[in-house]
Amino acid sequence: MAIEIQKPLRRRREPFKKTLAIRIVPRIILAVMSLVYITPLYWMVATSLKGSQELTAFPPTLFPHTFVWKNYIDALEYIPFIRYFLNSLILTTGATIGAVISNSLIAYGFSRIEWKGREVLFYVAIATMFIPFPVTLVALFDIFAKMHWINTYLPLIVPTFFGQAFYMFLIRQFLMGVPKELSDAARIDGANEFMTFFKVIIPLMKPAIAVVAIFAAVNAWNDFLTPLIYLQTQAMYPLSIGLQFFRAEHTVAFSLLMAASTMVVIPVIVLFLFFQRFFVEGITMGAVKG
Amino acid sequence: MEIRDLTAFFYTRGGNGMTHSSRRNLRNGLIFVSPWIFGFIAFQIYPILYSLWLSFTRYSGFGKPIIIGFQNFQQLFKDPLFWKSAYNTLYYTLLAVPVGVVVAIVLALAMNQKVKEVSIYRAILYVPSILPIFALSFVWVVFSNPRFGLLNLIGQGIGLPVIDWIGDPKWNKLSIVLLAQLGAGGPALIFLAGIRAIPSELFDSAQIDGANVFQRFFKITLPLITPIILYDIILGLSMGLQIFTQAYILTGGGSSGANTAGPDNSLLFYVFYVYKSAFQYTQMGYASALVWVFFIVSMGIALAVFRWAKAWVNYDVE
Repeated sequence: MAIEIQKPLRRRREPFKKTLAIRIVPRIILAVMSLVYITPLYWMVATSLKGSQELTAFPPTLFPHTFVWKNYIDALEYIPFIRYFLNSLILTTGATIGAVISNSLIAYGFSRIEWKGREVLFYVAIATMFIPFPVTLVALFDIFAKMHWINTYLPLIVPTFFGQAFYMFLIRQFLMGVPKELSDAARIDGANEFMTFFKVIIPLMKPAIAVVAIFAAVNAWNDFLTPLIYLQTQAMYPLSIGLQFFRAEHTVAFSLLMAASTMVVIPVIVLFLFFQRFFVEGITMGAVKG
Repeated sequence: MEIRDLTAFFYTRGGNGMTHSSRRNLRNGLIFVSPWIFGFIAFQIYPILYSLWLSFTRYSGFGKPIIIGFQNFQQLFKDPLFWKSAYNTLYYTLLAVPVGVVVAIVLALAMNQKVKEVSIYRAILYVPSILPIFALSFVWVVFSNPRFGLLNLIGQGIGLPVIDWIGDPKWNKLSIVLLAQLGAGGPALIFLAGIRAIPSELFDSAQIDGANVFQRFFKITLPLITPIILYDIILGLSMGLQIFTQAYILTGGGSSGANTAGPDNSLLFYVFYVYKSAFQYTQMGYASALVWVFFIVSMGIALAVFRWAKAWVNYDVE
């Protein structure tokens, strides 16, 4: 009979095995994985703060003995960091504006207006995602060279004003979910297609625009191959290309390179911290296709 | 207002009005998508056809291309560097794709744990995937360096010999596969969304039937996320076949002379070879031939994967 009384008492505490299974083990697994993923980035920051003596110590120290913050100032001077940073900023801004404007317009045409051939053309657009980018690499270079666009930002920015399949897809997904009645109401009030787009739809599609803007910005900031091919003078380089100049003939300024890498990575992390929601939305929206 | 309503009424009712409005829609639709149509022709169709033509020429980028028939393609099949780069690329891709899928699923399962602070772990696991590959490659140069790096210290801790992760042709492709796993957080979020979309009753009833964690994963979760697995394979394939930046930076492609792509060209990947042919050796015709072979082979691989996928992808899900 006493057992009867004990039962409700025991229920209050979960058995240790259950605690282990749902509270402790998952935490250990997650913590270990996070540790693995954070270690290279930790090493970047740790190395960036080591002095030249400590850097050459063997085995390497796990934690910098003295924080040499001066490395960050030296990194700014070792290469024209500010110049590269501004160039990256210009390229990123240009590509983001291009992606937002063009893909909003195009996605509108592919979702809010009913016209013959729309679906077919949209599938063609989606299929272009499967064309490997290198396929156009050589020919595009020659085309842009003939237009005297080499060593300008035009080959990196102008194409973004003509739509990218993935972003078109994301905005279209979003617009398909906006009730048709809203456009009809505007049309009955006498608005034409363009007024409807600007007055009714654009204010509604801000979340989708934010997703595309963020993805486009991160991609432009991270781009390496395109600037490598099209830009040829120091003054034009973005950070992606400029970072290589920490490597001289036989030596590499490791601490400074890591300090510069930290400064390249931080804007992306800040962007993520501010706009987390949009990153996750964009990724999972894209997954619907899968 | 009323007059406009009336005209709208007449336009949509009358037989002539129907064609008028559908014609207007066609015109407006085409106006809105015209940037894409122009871009598609100017930046995709035309360059692809132009490079097909260039592939039959000898062309340095200056002057006029000289038509030489199939010579580029003949040369290509005799070119040891073509075979080397194709081998390296396939080797890397065949390793990176399955590893990438497994790692992404494992991360997603971990991210799906019902722990209060799970969103922090998710952020930590996801963030490296949006960081620039060029920066991560530089970090990898330091991290895996036998002298300045941590990787070998960890490796020795678990009983591995000291490995030159970048300089040793036996290990450096695997080293890039490891580096690529830093990007697994992106696909992991897609898997996570897929896993969370599975109705929990399925797991509950399986649990009542006595299925353990592994049975529940293999019998319920895995079949239901096969469409995402296919998506991730396709994505991984295209990224693997196009791998360039990591190899360029790890081998110091910029500063230490044009002829290095790792010891024994062990990091000469296909796009890297295209880049060298076109922009370092200025053989634009030959590079175009390389590009077209790449186009055909990668399309072939993608089609083969889609066909193969019919056997195992569960399409009832969505």
